[in-house]
Amino acid sequence: MVSLEPRGTRSTLYSYLSPVIAIVLTLAAGIVIFSAMGKPPMQALYVFFVQPLTTAYGATELVVKATPLVLIAVGLSLGFRSNVWNIGAEGQFTVGAIFGGGLAIYFHDSESILLLPGTLVAGIVGGMAWAAIPAWLRTRFNANEILTSLMLTYVAILALSYLVHGPWRDPDGFNFPESRVFPDAGIMPVLFEDSRLHLGAVFALAIVLVGWTLLSRAVIGFQLRVVGAAPAAARYGGFREKRLIWFSLLLSGGLAGLAGISEVAGPIGQLLPTISPGYGFTAIIVAFLGRLHPVGVLFAGLIMALSYIGGETAQIELGLPAAVTGLFQGVLLFFLLGADVLINYRIRFGRARVPQGGAR
Amino acid sequence: MPIQKCVGPRLAQEMGLKPIEQNNQGKNGLDSPLLTLDGVVKRFPGCLANDNVDLVVRKGEIRALLGENGAGKSTLVKIIYGLLAADEGRITWRGEPVTIEGPAVARDMGIAMVFQHFSLFETMTVLENILLAMPKGTSPAELRERVVRISRDYGLPLDPGRHVHTMSVGERQRIEIVRCLLLDPSLLILDEPTSVLTPQEAISLFSTLRQIAREGRAILYISHKLEEVKALCHTATVLRAGRVVAECNPSETSARAMAELMIGDRPQSAERGDDERSGQIRLTVKGLTLAAADQFGTDLQDISFGVAEGEILGIAGVAGNGQRELMEALSGEGPALEDPHAILIEGAAAGQLGPAARRRLGAAFVPEERIDHGSVQNMTLSENAFLTAFRRLGLTRLGLIDRPRTRGYARQVIDGFDVRASGTEAEARSLSGGNLQKFIVGREILQEPRILVIAQPTWGVDAGAAAAIHQALIDLARRGCSVLVISQDLDEIFAICDRIAVLSDGKLSEPRPIQAVSVDEVGLLMGGLHDMAAIPEAGGREASLG
Repeated sequence: MVSLEPRGTRSTLYSYLSPVIAIVLTLAAGIVIFSAMGKPPMQALYVFFVQPLTTAYGATELVVKATPLVLIAVGLSLGFRSNVWNIGAEGQFTVGAIFGGGLAIYFHDSESILLLPGTLVAGIVGGMAWAAIPAWLRTRFNANEILTSLMLTYVAILALSYLVHGPWRDPDGFNFPESRVFPDAGIMPVLFEDSRLHLGAVFALAIVLVGWTLLSRAVIGFQLRVVGAAPAAARYGGFREKRLIWFSLLLSGGLAGLAGISEVAGPIGQLLPTISPGYGFTAIIVAFLGRLHPVGVLFAGLIMALSYIGGETAQIELGLPAAVTGLFQGVLLFFLLGADVLINYRIRFGRARVPQGGAR
Repeated sequence: MPIQKCVGPRLAQEMGLKPIEQNNQGKNGLDSPLLTLDGVVKRFPGCLANDNVDLVVRKGEIRALLGENGAGKSTLVKIIYGLLAADEGRITWRGEPVTIEGPAVARDMGIAMVFQHFSLFETMTVLENILLAMPKGTSPAELRERVVRISRDYGLPLDPGRHVHTMSVGERQRIEIVRCLLLDPSLLILDEPTSVLTPQEAISLFSTLRQIAREGRAILYISHKLEEVKALCHTATVLRAGRVVAECNPSETSARAMAELMIGDRPQSAERGDDERSGQIRLTVKGLTLAAADQFGTDLQDISFGVAEGEILGIAGVAGNGQRELMEALSGEGPALEDPHAILIEGAAAGQLGPAARRRLGAAFVPEERIDHGSVQNMTLSENAFLTAFRRLGLTRLGLIDRPRTRGYARQVIDGFDVRASGTEAEARSLSGGNLQKFIVGREILQEPRILVIAQPTWGVDAGAAAAIHQALIDLARRGCSVLVISQDLDEIFAICDRIAVLSDGKLSEPRPIQAVSVDEVGLLMGGLHDMAAIPEAGGREASLG
């Protein structure tokens, strides 16, 4: 018989080992899935997880995909640590793109060097504004931010769709639902020739460092950790819960907005009806896979980015459906949550017995 | 090998105890051991909870299991009750080697246990709660009859139809005891049963336990209260750091000697200064009325008192009479009060201020719950020092934690209060209850507050730590701080307080000088009037405990 036995104390070893276990199990599940789909499993795994990294372009694409994931997930991690569950980063990402993109479209003739910074700030403000709605509903009416932030995501996506189909449609665009292409002064500079790697990657790295400092050194980060670990102790310490809810949501919303504007002012270059393959949702997995720590999030972001690129390669090379990306991401989260049980419990085979007369 | 002081086959005879044999299994009468533990070892990660423990329990015997917090008492009885498996050692029951695979097996063997924390459904009646623990198909009518009979026979008054949430803690404990007695156990284990009782309730529990023992049942009684053990128990096994350090006859051993055995060196009783000061009133509570936050809470009704400079005021009372609500109102963790002037800290209206603002006015607080309220378990001691001290002591720089100074303060608390920890970076959860409490109390005291409000300062803390905390509170008051102690431990209040008031059912009695009241008066106030009739021979705690 197999049973779970409480460890008594959290295992630090397993809190780091659990993501590794989850990744190994996900690969094992991949073999089963590919076999079931009639593809040679080893070759499929190679195409999915290794082949994208064999070229320099593939490696830079990995960073391009990881950039929005890391930006969003750092913000989410800090919020999740304080038990503020912002599930609507996808919406804040979208509104960030709308705000920043709107500015770039309005000044489409501009050559000012202030346009890009202005666009980025507008994107951050957009994300914060969208996150402020759940924050206000939560602190004013105690409405659950999981539901409100998630539902607002769909509002944001529909708003973007309305804008690119209607008022912001490119007048020279042959009626395609697309905005004007942003002027050069509103486009993120590329870091390497012939790649799509842009300034956003630098922001992501900087945000990792800022997030790390905030979490481990700053008073506000300390307060977030205390609220999450022991809400009663936070009240006792005199930390204002509402202030921390506002802070968590504005921070994660602002970073999601920055990710959104970096994406449309970066690789995309204009507003489209669909600007994200679900970065805002995938970032939730990234946050947990990275153990809600900014440095962990950096690595987890790269891993999840690989699943996007691998999914694309697999579509081209093996003719697998696009859904296989989401499937792998879901399987990984599933195994991660399962493996996390080992942090607090150990597996026991058979029943423990009192050894007879072993003492003397 | 453990020190065997005065082991007792002879002991029961010395006590003049003649248990009634109810079955024929005990061929050798008194001398046949019911339960024998032989070299029991239990290891937990990072600690040896039981180290080669030997224990013999005989029929009709009330055996005390004495020890400080963390001495391994609870682990040992959990092994006996089948909740934990021993790593090594042998258990013998009625002469047969046994493996106790779980509580169900233990109950079938005839072992029953009353836990410190009850497992009762508050919204159900007494009978329904008992029925849940019975085998399926038990007839409620028949069970009701048995419950009534047992509660009458053993002096445990219980109304089977009452809902549990209307009952006091003492009454709830009776349900648990009746539930055990229904199983007709040969061995009854009680874990710190009096920690939640008024003195009168404790006396009535003792007479029930004596009767149970007279029937030939054995009782294993876990406690760290020496006077109780002297009054009730025939034999005592003393545990220290997981080992049996002595066995003794409590009626012949002085409380002081037993305390020494328990903690290894001489505990110092706290010394109280004689000088009575009545200076400026630092903390004033005036007409504090507050509706309870939830349906099982207690409303506070028109509470008024003041604590003067240099004074320790004790608020006695059984938990659940408004202590939690009063503490939250005082610390600012509860909702803001309607009248900001209901609480004055150093003369400033504080009724609508949060905890941080009240600290800024010079107040400090120690909540009843150490774990994840007074401290954060998964954080280091320096982080826990930062938790309440950073504003008053300025442990920040430009919004960042000033780590060297924070560590320095944690070190100061650890050294000043003799906290046993591996260092300032040890996590709070690695500390024993007593050490963590010393750390929390020390953290507040070393901020030199002008007012300290402390709830249950030594609840579940061993004698050595309790004495240190008491002394620290007295010293703090001597330096001019106003100290308010909310406690259900009367011995504690009588040991350190200058004045005492009793909180019962949300109402506070008039504070009176400690010399002017007796333990009995306070006990009766604590119990509330409705319980008075139920207390047999309310004659005197001294007589029965002496």
